[in-house]
Amino acid sequence: MADKILMKGNEAIAEAAIKAGCMHYFGYPITPQTEVAAYMAKKMPKIGGCFLQAESEVAAINMVYGVACTGKRVMTSSSSPGISLKSEGLSYLAGADLPSLVVNVQRGGPGLGGIQPSQADYFQATKGGGHGDFKMIVLAPSSVQEMADLTVKGFDLADKYRMTAMILADGTMGQMMEPVSLDYEVKETVDKPWATTGTKLERDHNIVTSLFLNPDELEVLNFERYDRYKYIEQNEVMYEEYLMDDAEICIAAFGIAARVAKNAINEARSQGIKVGLIRPITLWPFPVAPFKKAAEKVKEIISVELSMGQMIEDVKLASECKVPVTLCNRTGGMIPSPEQVLEAIKKANGGAK
Amino acid sequence: MPVVFDKPHALTDVPMHYCPGCTHGIVHRLVAEVIDELGIEGKTIGIAPVGCSVFAYNYFNCDMIEAAHGRAPAVATGVKRSDPENHIVFTYQGDGDLASIGMAETVHAAARNENITIIFINNAIYGMTGGQMAPTSLPGQVTQTSPYGRDTNHCGFPIKVCEMLSELDGPEYLERVTVSNVKNIVKAKKAIKKAFQNQIDGKGFSLVEVVSTCPTNWGMTPQNALKWLEENMLPYYPLGVYKDRSAKEETK
Amino acid sequence: MTTQILLSGFGGQGILFTGKFLAYKGLLEDKNVSWLPSYGPEMRGGTASCSVIISDEEVGSPIISEPDVLIAMNLPSFEKFVPTVKAGGIVIADSSLIETKTDRTDIDVHYIPATSLASEMGKQSLANMVILGKLLSVMKDFNEENVKTVLAKVIPPKKAEMLEINMQAMKLGTNY
Repeated sequence: MADKILMKGNEAIAEAAIKAGCMHYFGYPITPQTEVAAYMAKKMPKIGGCFLQAESEVAAINMVYGVACTGKRVMTSSSSPGISLKSEGLSYLAGADLPSLVVNVQRGGPGLGGIQPSQADYFQATKGGGHGDFKMIVLAPSSVQEMADLTVKGFDLADKYRMTAMILADGTMGQMMEPVSLDYEVKETVDKPWATTGTKLERDHNIVTSLFLNPDELEVLNFERYDRYKYIEQNEVMYEEYLMDDAEICIAAFGIAARVAKNAINEARSQGIKVGLIRPITLWPFPVAPFKKAAEKVKEIISVELSMGQMIEDVKLASECKVPVTLCNRTGGMIPSPEQVLEAIKKANGGAK
Repeated sequence: MPVVFDKPHALTDVPMHYCPGCTHGIVHRLVAEVIDELGIEGKTIGIAPVGCSVFAYNYFNCDMIEAAHGRAPAVATGVKRSDPENHIVFTYQGDGDLASIGMAETVHAAARNENITIIFINNAIYGMTGGQMAPTSLPGQVTQTSPYGRDTNHCGFPIKVCEMLSELDGPEYLERVTVSNVKNIVKAKKAIKKAFQNQIDGKGFSLVEVVSTCPTNWGMTPQNALKWLEENMLPYYPLGVYKDRSAKEETK
Repeated sequence: MTTQILLSGFGGQGILFTGKFLAYKGLLEDKNVSWLPSYGPEMRGGTASCSVIISDEEVGSPIISEPDVLIAMNLPSFEKFVPTVKAGGIVIADSSLIETKTDRTDIDVHYIPATSLASEMGKQSLANMVILGKLLSVMKDFNEENVKTVLAKVIPPKKAEMLEINMQAMKLGTNY
């Protein structure tokens, strides 16, 4: 444990990014993720990196686009309203097949909403996050350690598949401190022959663009991109199962909701109720298989969310509606309590009417 | 037979899509000549806007990037900062791109004295979308979206980019030129060269505004368009150097 | 064994720092810990609170609804959170700022004029450390060497000279 230090989730993301070789950060202040920018502002100048506070989220994501064109690791972070502003850039990054890491430390919405934790940007993150046919790899940390680990993983996946990886956290994950270990081996970076770094008059010019006026050509590119997405769906799914072996009730929850759910599950187990948890770590690609399997044996799936019920739609699709899928939620910045989840479990178990 | 005139190396050998009489071709050539003369093609990365010059990435032989509408200065910031020593970065933007949707990016890149070169084509109209009112359309100018002439009571006044940016402490060099005749073209090239040289010398944000024509959407012959430019645009957008910090410091 | 500690007071009283001390102490004792602050505009002058969980098991939710331990450093916090303390739980209240007392008899409440004690030693801002000292002595968990190690972790190197005076403030609490 000696190598562990206490860090805020937001700071862990920043430090992990630097460890992963990200030397460029662009952002615009917004609660509850500003610590990422603050950490970068302090650290980057000392290690020869670049922190720049952009004039807007729109500018920040386009600065990310610029660095990504040159093949270097780059990131930005924001919170819900700021991510909406970045969605233009997210679409362009996808259309130009550029790797980048984007962090969303979610807060309650819609609109300016509030600043307390939320998971209500699930649809925005997993169903595209901008115009056009595209996906982002969406990683949902449930601890400060995972904030760091998934940041490093996110950079690797982004480079490997030439796309945006998004860390979809929430205000709790960003603000809380937990022990974290940041011993990473910096991996070899992926070769990027497409990068615009100057021809040195040694090769034809590279062009990075998302503009394809010929629909035949654009369709082919979209098909190819979706072939890649299919490969990712088959190879990069991550999830955690907790006490699912003999479970008769299954909780579906990610991020902070999964931690609340674990408290409730432990309490329910002590009362003899067989309940387990499937915690998606990748929200896209969504862990379809474990839910499909769970639907064969549990009598109900309860989706615990900090939203009006967004992931529940993917849970229903994955479980093919074989068992009832119910929602246990709070929204607008509120967090379900373990007691609320326990009540839902008891109800599913046929108790507490 | 000796070759007496050739295309610059920094231009690709493809037909351009610009309308007959459009001044984009001239400005592309000037930029390419400057890149050749400075010997920087191998380290230059150009950024094309959204607008008529969206396909500029096909015409320049250096590495090229297509940016979202108005965001070229932000993209350029990223490209430049990814390797400030080895990247020469220019954006090529029209008036809608630079002075309307991208105004924030323009102003802030200037305020930061971002060490990039901006070629700003001001032809007082949106060309690619078919002739709508631009932020630089003149008072009274008839366009598709100001069919009764630009009414300044209703939609305000044109933006004079060089004048406006010159109020900032940040930018190094701001000059307005035109390509309406040979003499002006020579001057324009000199300004563009200076704007690139400034970047090489690490001096910072250098913007050359090129007052240009759009014969197609102005509904004029190329010749009449040039005449209209000289009679109507130049009085509103006077040519000249609006800021040249280094020169000013030298004369002190 | 899981201990849930809720700390609450005004912004500026060092609530978050006190929580950080407890979290680091848990970390150095090889426990699982979490530290969750309230955040947002209320950080300045309004109510600041902080949840610290120290556990032998994995920490589930970092949010505390029924604390085992409550540190209350102002009246609103005392009134709001004392009713939520688990039966058998501990409350340390700064009686310099909290003039009321609770009727609850199923919890172990300690009133200590921390702000006055800290003022007397010339450092009113260290009332939180007085309270912390009191808490550790109530929990029979005050070990000077350990405390020093933790202080060295939570006090930034730039302010290392503050270590000694923090220790003094804590001792005011342990000896009260």
